Amino acid sequence: MRVESKEQFESLRAQSLENEANRRHQVLVCCGTGCLASGSKKVAEAFADEIAKRSIDATVDLFVKSTGCHGFCERGPLVVLNPQGILYTKVKPGRVEEIVEKTLVGGEVIPGLLYKDPVSGERVEKYEEVPFYKHQVRVAMRNIGRIDPTDILDAIAHGAYSGVAKALFDMTPHEVIGEVATSGQRGRGGAGFNTARKWQSCKDAPGEKCFVLCNGDEGDPGAFKDRSIMEGDPHSVLEGMIIGAYAVRAHEGWIYVRDEYPLAVVNLTIAIREARKYGLLGDNIMGSGFDFDIKISRGGGAFVCGESSALMRSLEGKTGEPRAKYVHSTEKGLFDLPTVLNNVETWAGIGAIIERGGAWFASMGTERSKGTKAFSLVGKVKNTGLVELPMGTNLRHIIYDIGGGILKDRPFKAVQTGGPSGGCVPEELLDLPVDYEELTKAGSMMGSGGMIVMDDRTCMVDVSRFFLAFLEEESCGKCTPCREGLKQMLHLYDRIIAGKGVDGDIALIERLAAGMQLGSLCELGKSAPNPVLSTLRYFRSEYEAHISDHACPAGVCRELTAFEIIEDKCDGCHLCFKACPVDAITGVVKELHVIDHDACISCGACLDVCPTNAVRTFPKVELKKAEVV
Amino acid sequence: MPTLTVNGRRVTVDSDATLLDAARAAGVEVPTLCQFDGLEPWGGCRLCVVDMSRANWDDDWFKVVTACNHPVEEGMMVVTDSERIIETRRVVLDLLLARCPETPLVRRWALEYGIERTSYTPNPEPDDCILCGLCTRVCDHIGVSAISSVNRGWGREIAPPFHQPPPDCIGCLACAEICPTDCIPYETSNFRRKIWGKEFEMLRDPKTGEAVITREQAEHFAERSGVPMTYFETSDRSKRREMAKTFEKLQVVK
Repeated sequence: MRVESKEQFESLRAQSLENEANRRHQVLVCCGTGCLASGSKKVAEAFADEIAKRSIDATVDLFVKSTGCHGFCERGPLVVLNPQGILYTKVKPGRVEEIVEKTLVGGEVIPGLLYKDPVSGERVEKYEEVPFYKHQVRVAMRNIGRIDPTDILDAIAHGAYSGVAKALFDMTPHEVIGEVATSGQRGRGGAGFNTARKWQSCKDAPGEKCFVLCNGDEGDPGAFKDRSIMEGDPHSVLEGMIIGAYAVRAHEGWIYVRDEYPLAVVNLTIAIREARKYGLLGDNIMGSGFDFDIKISRGGGAFVCGESSALMRSLEGKTGEPRAKYVHSTEKGLFDLPTVLNNVETWAGIGAIIERGGAWFASMGTERSKGTKAFSLVGKVKNTGLVELPMGTNLRHIIYDIGGGILKDRPFKAVQTGGPSGGCVPEELLDLPVDYEELTKAGSMMGSGGMIVMDDRTCMVDVSRFFLAFLEEESCGKCTPCREGLKQMLHLYDRIIAGKGVDGDIALIERLAAGMQLGSLCELGKSAPNPVLSTLRYFRSEYEAHISDHACPAGVCRELTAFEIIEDKCDGCHLCFKACPVDAITGVVKELHVIDHDACISCGACLDVCPTNAVRTFPKVELKKAEVV
Repeated sequence: MPTLTVNGRRVTVDSDATLLDAARAAGVEVPTLCQFDGLEPWGGCRLCVVDMSRANWDDDWFKVVTACNHPVEEGMMVVTDSERIIETRRVVLDLLLARCPETPLVRRWALEYGIERTSYTPNPEPDDCILCGLCTRVCDHIGVSAISSVNRGWGREIAPPFHQPPPDCIGCLACAEICPTDCIPYETSNFRRKIWGKEFEMLRDPKTGEAVITREQAEHFAERSGVPMTYFETSDRSKRREMAKTFEKLQVVK
């Protein structure tokens, strides 16, 4: 059925809501990439089979939804049973029969499947009660995990496209931009450019034709917020783009999706097809007379294509390399025509801003960073996954209350924010309110919203090297400072990590970093020294220890670290013996184990498995000193 | 026509000029490696960085931009020799010298900025290519696009597709001639020419027997310009002879 008017859209929504309410039970099985990897498709199938088998029982009317990512990926596959809102974690197909029998038919909760809060040790029954979700405020991710991304009617029942209806029928393009301006929303791709100002300058640019684009080329290691939005609620992206296109009078749009996100491509493709079928996309949207259509373009596998000018070159069919131009893409963008390019999360928030008003959005957040922001919380925290919070929330709250603290309750060392070009924020800044300005001041950045938590077993020199290696691999090589600079920076780090660093290396690194920041063509090269400079700023002594003492204080860098077992602590569990890949550990069960330093490759496997913390690290140089003595 | 200052010197230039044009007009030298008049600026070598301040900015607020592609504006202030600009160029040249430690052009510029030896790890297998992209851009400009850059990052190199003799190459030698470090090898004689592993037969002037250009190049230009093939088959000497005859006739008439 094609929607031909606002009234028809509203009745479609009412109808969808009614259908939804008529379902007595609902089984939501998370089918995001994380849960799919842990076997959620089989779980969903098992539910469907089990429910079909019992269809004779007229009192149980069930429905299985394949929902997008709930964001609690570590606990997958996740299942939510509505209307009670019971959350089961780590559900295996073998337990589906039991769940249907006990919970759906019997109304009884199975304690073993409930989430256990690692902080309080208590089992949590309800989805909303889990600390990981309880503290969150979801705007861009409002429908993720609540709707079936492949069912447009489900999305409509949950409010999708209401913003489009409001914008097209009740607002002028000018008013739409005004509402977005009131919201104060800034680009969620990392740079934080004011959305309304971007739209306005595209609208003001001369020429009849313009484009709106969605940047879904999320490539930062550890970041997956855009993927989850595209997979879990593709309609929110389409809705934002339609509203944006209406505001700037564009009739064509593209979503540039990273090719490593196959499920996002599938779900977006289905969403676009469905939206066209219902007249929410394409010619004469909802009978309003406004035409706008969206195509999907799959990225070619280059990180740098997330950079705006490289993305546009790639869309044009050219090599995906940044173009040096001092003209904004809102004036000369794709095919040299005015173009609005926004990040997935930015677009996903627009529908809510239009529907609930800019003032509502602006009521959250800080002075200069309004609204909420999605983060991919990963690393050494107990709960990893996607988090959406008001801007200005402090890091401590994110890491300890939502993330549940550090794994194995080890000491916190730093959190790396903003992806490979971000920086490391140390413990003394844990109370830092997270917004664009504060993170930049701390030497890091908002970036893609990646948050990698690190414990005391992390060497900051090694971490910087990891990000440098990633960027060196991804640099396009067009400009000299980035191409040559990253290579040389990596050389310097390799030297330091191998214990061959010399006096003056830190100064050379700092000079090179400054040259790259000022000299590079695009943001990749300009921001590449961030991990270097922020670790030098907060953890300089670690660099110095590597260079002058040939020691890695965290006991990570292999060339510099030796391992030994502390006699008093070893209870002879034999786990390290089994874990050692080179048979460097000798010992029998219930007796002291010993590491042979000549055979040891310093991989740290023994330390990771030891249940009694009996393995300790010390600088390798001490071994040599002992030999001399 | 906007007026701006470069290192304190006032200069008035066309409104479509770049900062590099303005600097040159003011008699200030800005080093460039990837810039070539007639080709669209590329902004790759980053040697032409300058400090720039717009008329409506605070006096002490400057931004580092590349001169080769930055448009001029009324009242702009450009500084080409500030400390950070010199230091940035020094880093760029130091890095280039690590890639091409033997290349005369790079060594000359590095020396100009006080660098005798690179501070970094020198390229173990150096060649003279500085990846300025002039060759591929001139090839694109001519409408041939026979060569391009392949791979990314430090492994970037200039090559024909699949490192095979490029089917689209017309043997015009534009790439070799524009190369600032002369690192594109070719052979050419009265009969044959070879570049990028592809061999060409030379078109020869029917009267003088001299080689003019390759058949492929003549066809390419004839097709694009509408000028007949015979024009491209004529050597410069033949053209001069024809011209001289025309002049003789003119004198007779007089």
